[in-house]
Amino acid sequence: MGEKTAAVKMRDITKSFGKVLANDKVWLDIYRGEILALLGENGSGKTTLMNMLSGIYFPDEGQIYIDGKEVVIRSPKDAFNYGIGMIHQHFKLVDVLTAAENIVLGLPGKLDLKEASRKIREICETYGFSVDPDQKIYTMSVSQKQTVEIVKVLYRGADILILDEPTAVLTPQETDKLFAVLKNMRDDGKAIVIITHKMHEVEELSDRVAVLRHGQFVGDMLTKDTNAQEMTNMMVGHAVTLNIDRPEPKDPKPRIEVKGLTVRDMDGIVKLEDVSFTANSGEILGIAGISGSGQKELLEAIAGLQPVESGSISYIEGDGAREELIGKDPLAIAALGVSLSFVPEDRLGMGLVGNMDLSDNMMLRSFRRGRSLFTDRKAPHKLAENVVEELEVSTPSVSTPVRRLSGGNVQKVLVGREIASAPTVLLTAYAVRGLDINSSYTIYDLINRQKQDGVAVIYVGEDLDVLLELCDRILVLCGGKVSGIVDGRGAKKRDVGMMMTRLGGGRNER
Amino acid sequence: MLDLSSIAVFIPRAVVQGIPLLYGATGEILTEKSGNLNLGIPGIMYVGAISGVMGAHFYEQSAGGQLAALPAILIPLLCSLIGSGIMGLIYCFLTVTLRANQNVTGLALTTFGVGFGNFFGASLVKLTGSETASISLGATSAFFCAKLPFADKLGWFGKIFLSYGFLAYLAIIIALVAAFILKKTRLGLHLRAVGENPATADAAGINVVRYKYGATVIGSMIAGLGGLYYVLDYINGVWSNNGFGDRGWLAIALVIFAVWRPNIGILASILFGGLYIFSSYNNTGMDLAANELYKMLPYVVTIVVLIIVSARKKKENQPPESLGLAYFREER
Repeated sequence: MGEKTAAVKMRDITKSFGKVLANDKVWLDIYRGEILALLGENGSGKTTLMNMLSGIYFPDEGQIYIDGKEVVIRSPKDAFNYGIGMIHQHFKLVDVLTAAENIVLGLPGKLDLKEASRKIREICETYGFSVDPDQKIYTMSVSQKQTVEIVKVLYRGADILILDEPTAVLTPQETDKLFAVLKNMRDDGKAIVIITHKMHEVEELSDRVAVLRHGQFVGDMLTKDTNAQEMTNMMVGHAVTLNIDRPEPKDPKPRIEVKGLTVRDMDGIVKLEDVSFTANSGEILGIAGISGSGQKELLEAIAGLQPVESGSISYIEGDGAREELIGKDPLAIAALGVSLSFVPEDRLGMGLVGNMDLSDNMMLRSFRRGRSLFTDRKAPHKLAENVVEELEVSTPSVSTPVRRLSGGNVQKVLVGREIASAPTVLLTAYAVRGLDINSSYTIYDLINRQKQDGVAVIYVGEDLDVLLELCDRILVLCGGKVSGIVDGRGAKKRDVGMMMTRLGGGRNER
Repeated sequence: MLDLSSIAVFIPRAVVQGIPLLYGATGEILTEKSGNLNLGIPGIMYVGAISGVMGAHFYEQSAGGQLAALPAILIPLLCSLIGSGIMGLIYCFLTVTLRANQNVTGLALTTFGVGFGNFFGASLVKLTGSETASISLGATSAFFCAKLPFADKLGWFGKIFLSYGFLAYLAIIIALVAAFILKKTRLGLHLRAVGENPATADAAGINVVRYKYGATVIGSMIAGLGGLYYVLDYINGVWSNNGFGDRGWLAIALVIFAVWRPNIGILASILFGGLYIFSSYNNTGMDLAANELYKMLPYVVTIVVLIIVSARKKKENQPPESLGLAYFREER
């Protein structure tokens, strides 16, 4: 690579938010005709670094050179002028506008949507996208929205593209399509940066890897000269094992039996149709599916939060006694030991209150206990301290508002609290959503420990690789129906991916 | 009752009743499209009115009875625009620059504006030494009330379409221009993006702060003209404290009724105007309680529209997504 000149050189870039040093004298080179994977744990400053390149943040110190010339990027507009375009993790699109309107947003000159549509179609043909310029954003699927984002930066003539965790929301098939497009663009001479923490994607897609750790640049190397283990060690700073434990289930007995469950949402749309399965104690049952296939409704139906149209959900106690859960109060269901921890996209939406501190959040589970007029504050405080200690939550103290913690730590608090209630059934959804490797493994360990204690775990996940490594059995949902239940030890990723899209009549798949 | 001549009487009365609401609503729509929920509109319309009145008063005093048409119109107009514009600036400084809570700021401005108007209104009454608790600006008002030519000669057509002062036509022109800008121009597209999703607009290189300030200040100025129209045209230049009533709130209700579209606002304002004066056409006479019930009608209609719009859940008819929220780029 010696003879190539860097499209972008970042030198000694430093940025702090209050007391937190997000980037500390970072060096980074980006080349044309190359896909660079930017690796790092949560909070290692990858997104911050790229946001400075795209003009969202302004660096406290340091220089940025583009094609060898020093530049100052004060705003996203400056970034466009230097040909830098970023596709953010949370899409920057206006829902009520059409694709074309979103794409021309912020550009100068007269508004001519016809001409814009023509140019959009041209770009789509060149790289093999499909976008309808007149479609409103809020009617689009996640992968369509992402396509609009990519077309948007290409429309502006960007030749340095930054993608922040682009595959987090895509199905395996959509991911393959995205990678094909990205490779097309690389061969076209564009410089591409992808932020990710999925190792297999790095290996499959990138030409070069750069690693950040705690806001500092650790090193970069050619992808073909390295491997997942080495990259992970660089990210984490010490050697870690990459295999997820999967102990054999101990004495599995049916704990939850779901039969013919059908659920409609408020608009009368069928969310679950004739779903039947059994969850055993001492076993992890994984639930796979494209997001919005009914995972949330399924867990909420079991927890009593979702009205059910037909079907039955039985809770089976150790001695074989059955109890029907449908029609029961959520509190009564929780009293049986059914515990739900759902991590939504914004991580705080369900289960934790951002402005309250750790011990108050623990209290949300326990405030009904006791007969005194006043709440018991000591026990939750102690529990909070336990969770912090055992799960290595990094927080200044237990009286810090949860909002101030990083995503990984918030999730540890949430999952830790649910586990502390000693459940017999643990329902968890997206427990590792957006978490880095190290924190993810802590969570997997926690879940495995529950499994060994004889808890029936239902684990809704996004990452198929993890589901295949962690779960004993995997139930695949497709458009609200059970597409199949496979054994986690023998299943192939490809097959599960196909099962996720085979039903559902092409609604989520194009 | 439904013959042509009574319609020809009712409609012009509904229109003149609706024009102040139309100004207020157009101004508030522009403001809300930038994501600012300005509940200070009633106060701003008040300030727009009293500023114009003060300008007109001092010009009448200095001209000594001999008013020239151009300054007699321009001075109150400019004073009104400056007064309400400053109110808009205060609102923006608090909510955009300092990121204060929009509802609290707006309500404070309404309280302040009404107090401001009443204070200077009362002071002017004292200055003129008038015996009644009001000031009359008949000479200035004559210029504002001037109808179009032929208004009296063309029968019902003249009455319905030509019998208004120039500010009434200006209100409709402004509403149409605002609708055009929002729908067809890049400026409007950017403004809508700012109100829907400021982070997206920012990332697209749009100056969010400038758009918020611009739309809110211009919106406030337009709303202020509604106050000016009310004093100098509708009630023929007679200022009395609290005379403006609840029209400012009605204008805010009108924004919802018109589902954030200024062109719908034109017809809706006339409908609201009609509902507002409906009571006097129904011979309730001295039954004051029934009168109040009739005055409720516009609000009832607004609630019904809100229910229908919310139930239909059409995305295009919802308020701008980030309405009421402050925007800070580096928020984490």
